[in-house]
Parts: sequence; C-alpha cells; structure tokens
Amino acid sequence: MLKAADPILELRGVSKQFELQGRRIDALRDAHLRVRKGEFVCLIGASGCGKSTLLRIVAGFEVPTRGQALMWGMPIAGPGPERGMVFQDYALFPWLTVRGNIGFGPLARGRPAAEVKDTVERFIALVGLQRFADAYPHQLSGGMKQRVAIARVLANDAELLLMDEPFGALDAMTRERLQDELLDIWQRTGLTVLFVTHSIEEAVFLADRIVVMSPGPGRIESEVTVPLLRPRSVVAPEFNELRRELSQQLHSHHARKAA
Amino acid sequence: MSASLDAAPSQTLSALPAVEPEEVPARPSWLARARDPLLALIFPALVLLVWHVATAGRPYSLIPPPLDVASALYDLAFGGINDDAYSRTLLVHLSASLSRVYGGFAIAAAVALPLGLMIGRIPLVRRLLDPTLQVLRPIPVTAWLPLSMIIFGLGPRSAFFLVCLGAFYPILINTIFGVRAVDPRLFEAASMLGCQGTAQFYKVVLPASLPAIFTGLRLGLGFAWVVIVVGEMTGVPTGLGAIIMEARQLSRTEIVICGMAVIGIAGFISDRLVLMLGRRLLRWSPNFA
Repeated sequence: MLKAADPILELRGVSKQFELQGRRIDALRDAHLRVRKGEFVCLIGASGCGKSTLLRIVAGFEVPTRGQALMWGMPIAGPGPERGMVFQDYALFPWLTVRGNIGFGPLARGRPAAEVKDTVERFIALVGLQRFADAYPHQLSGGMKQRVAIARVLANDAELLLMDEPFGALDAMTRERLQDELLDIWQRTGLTVLFVTHSIEEAVFLADRIVVMSPGPGRIESEVTVPLLRPRSVVAPEFNELRRELSQQLHSHHARKAA
Repeated sequence: MSASLDAAPSQTLSALPAVEPEEVPARPSWLARARDPLLALIFPALVLLVWHVATAGRPYSLIPPPLDVASALYDLAFGGINDDAYSRTLLVHLSASLSRVYGGFAIAAAVALPLGLMIGRIPLVRRLLDPTLQVLRPIPVTAWLPLSMIIFGLGPRSAFFLVCLGAFYPILINTIFGVRAVDPRLFEAASMLGCQGTAQFYKVVLPASLPAIFTGLRLGLGFAWVVIVVGEMTGVPTGLGAIIMEARQLSRTEIVICGMAVIGIAGFISDRLVLMLGRRLLRWSPNFA
C-alpha cells in the first residue's frame, strides 16, 4: 500500500557506465536519492557529474547498469507520461502548432478529441500563450517555446516534471520570468520537480533541496536543504550566504580531484 | 496524484503580456510585389534583343530570328500560317510529353517513396539494397538508352522507363535522408508523451521527413522534364522531344527552338505548382514558409 510518506521517486544505488571508443566511462556511480511528492529538487554540479544521466534514467531513456530507479515503489521501465521531460533544446514538434504540441500527448494516449480540446485551452492559458495558440514553433521565441514544452507535459498529466537545464539557452530576463512562472505553476499544482542546472543561483532560488554532484566518476556528493522562505530575494544576505557555501562545496570537490 | 489543473488558471499568469514580439511582415504593396517579376524579365528581354539584332535580315543565318520562332510557335499551336505537318500539333505533342512526364514521375514516386522510407528506417533493408542502388546511381539516364530500347522496344514505353529512372533517384535519396535526419530528441519527446512503437512512424517520422521528401519530389519532377527529350529520341512519333529531334533532321530550327521553349515553360509551371502545394502543406517549416 502507498503511504503518504512514501517517496514518489527513489534511486537505490544507481550506476551507469557507457562505452565510448572502447573505454568505459563511469557516468554515474552508486546514486541514492529519495524525492517526496511535491518537492522541488535541484541537481547541480560541473559538466560530467552525471546529473543529466540521472535525469535520463528517471525519464526512462537510459537503463541503469546497476541499481534500481523506482517511481511510487515500482521499477521504471521506459519513458512514460507520468514523468514529463522538458529539454533544454525544447524538442517541440515543428510541424504542429502550439495547440497541436500541447494536445499531442493526450491524443496519442487516445483521449477523446473534445476533452483534449478543453485540456489544451486550459494549459495554453496557464502559460499565457493564448495569442500564439496557432503559431508554429519556428515563429516563437525561446522563452515561448519552453512555455509550450512545460504546458505539453503538464497537459499530459505529468506528476514528476524532469527539467534538463531548461532555461540554460535563454537570456537572463526571460530566464527570471520563467523561473517565477515555474514556481507559480509548481505551487498551484502540487507537482514534483527534478531540475538539473549548473547555476548555483538558480538552484538556491528554486529548490527545496539541492543535490550537489561531482564528476569523475559522476556521483552525488552531498544534499543541502534550502531553509529560505518563498518568495526568495536574490539580494538577501541569507541567500548569498547559502550560495557562497554551495560554491565552496563545488570548488572543494574540484580541488580534491585536482590534488 | 496528477498535475491536472482543476482550479481556474490564475489571472496573474494568463494576464502576463507576452514580451517577445512575433514578427508579422506587413502586406507588401502591388509595386513591391511586381518588382521581382519585372526584374526577372530584364535579362530575357536583353537576350531576345541581342538574338534579334544578330539574326534578323540575314538570309544565311542558321539560327532563325525570334520573330520567325514566335510565328512558328503560333502556327504550331493554332495553325493558319504555314499549314504544314507541324501546324496545330502542339497540343498533341505537349499532352503526350505531359502524360509521360507525370506518368513516369508517378511510378518513380510510387516505388521510391516506400523504398526510401524502408531503407531509412529498417537496417536490414538498408544493408540489403542500399549498396546496389548506390552503384547504379552514377550511371547516367542516357547510358540506359540502348538497354531500354532492347528491353522495352522502340516507342513510348522506353520513354516512360527513362523518365521514371530519371525521377527515381532524387526522390529515393531525399526520402532516405529525410527519414534518417529526424532529430532523435523528437523520438524521446514522443515516447515520453506516450506515443511509442509503430505509432511513432506516422506521428513523428513521416511529418518530420516531409520537407526532405518534398524536396525530393520537386527535384524528381525537374529531372523528369530533363530526361523527356532523351526518352522521346527513341523513335516515338509524338512528344516535345520527338518534334525537336525530327525538326532537327529537317533543319527546321525554329521548330526546335519552339520545342525547347515549350519544355522550359511547361517545366517551370509544373515546378511552381509543386512549390505552391509545398508551401501550403509545409507552412510549419522555416525552409518553405
């Protein structure tokens, strides 16, 4: 039986090795992680720390070499609509309009057309794209494309939102707006979010909990709970103190690796 | 459990104005729209002028002046000027060539499209057929002429075959390319949204490769028009290629030029029609919009 305290997501000793030109790469080694329903968890670390690999294992795009990835206690076998991925490069279907992209998942899963229509309109409104409902992706700005990508997985009943540096390709202004919008959506829907970023500031601004990872082999180094109340101010002294602390942690891993 | 939003979306979010402006080009005035066609006419007008000055009034010129060609073209279409074997035959020749071009093209597309989709998607089919097709590809269509005459005989069937062969490779190559060039992220996105297995072929592969397939069809139709003259050299009584070859032997150079002009115009119009169709169907693609 499911209990309220059961984690929505649990990783038990998950490792992933790749073959690359005859050499074995330890992309992720022995990762343990528990995420509660409704939690906002950020993964940070330098490139090669395995944060994207971890996310792709949870998404079901990669199969762990060792260990288990569980959603609601059930092993993850392949991609599924309850785990919605938001890619950095959007991955929208260029031949579908904003409406078509948001309706793609529900239609593919055989929902009745009338119901899909209502769902699509609701989520277009949620991300504020009513004026662009019939535009094609190539006509949209990066920020608008990422709003569509978020609406697309939410309209498909995602419980766990997986975001792989989703705002990394956006300019600073747009990124801040989308961070605010994402927090707003998260607070109103009770979603669970697993968010990969390499920006410490972004992690401190968004997360309930920050998972610090380090490379060579990719692994989880430590976890930090963010005690700050929302809405958070990036100029508050506590905010900057936490940011400095995390920055030191990340650099000490580097130093240790270099030594 | 789910993230469905039963509560009404908050006004704060939906009321946010979209800061990123969408580029809506203003409708151009008729002058701006007429500018390109007018510019395009300058060069042909110059060529006609030079041609006229170089040939008009010279009885021993082997190339007839443009006005002679124009009257021959009128006679070819409507008769009433020369009243010889060529008068009022244009429609017969044009429709014969059109049926071969579009018939050969249709057969080429009917074979090349499914073949290209399979070679692009199924590794076994690719290993089985791709090497052979790649070796046959560099052989020019003209080199097939003698064999085609032996196999299909002298006549329209040979022309049909050559046109078909000419249109086949552009369609095949572009279809394979289109299918193989689908962004792998789109497969991940589709499977994450619940579209898996064979459904991905119709919902991802086909639409994603449509621009490349379309380019292949357009190139293939262009090649069909190029090959038609060669195809109709093989003892066919009708067709634009046939009158060009026949008029050459009779030294009726003005008819030869008429045939060339009609092929050029017909090929151009057919390409424009295909392009218009493409722009309608592929409005989503930045390459066609």
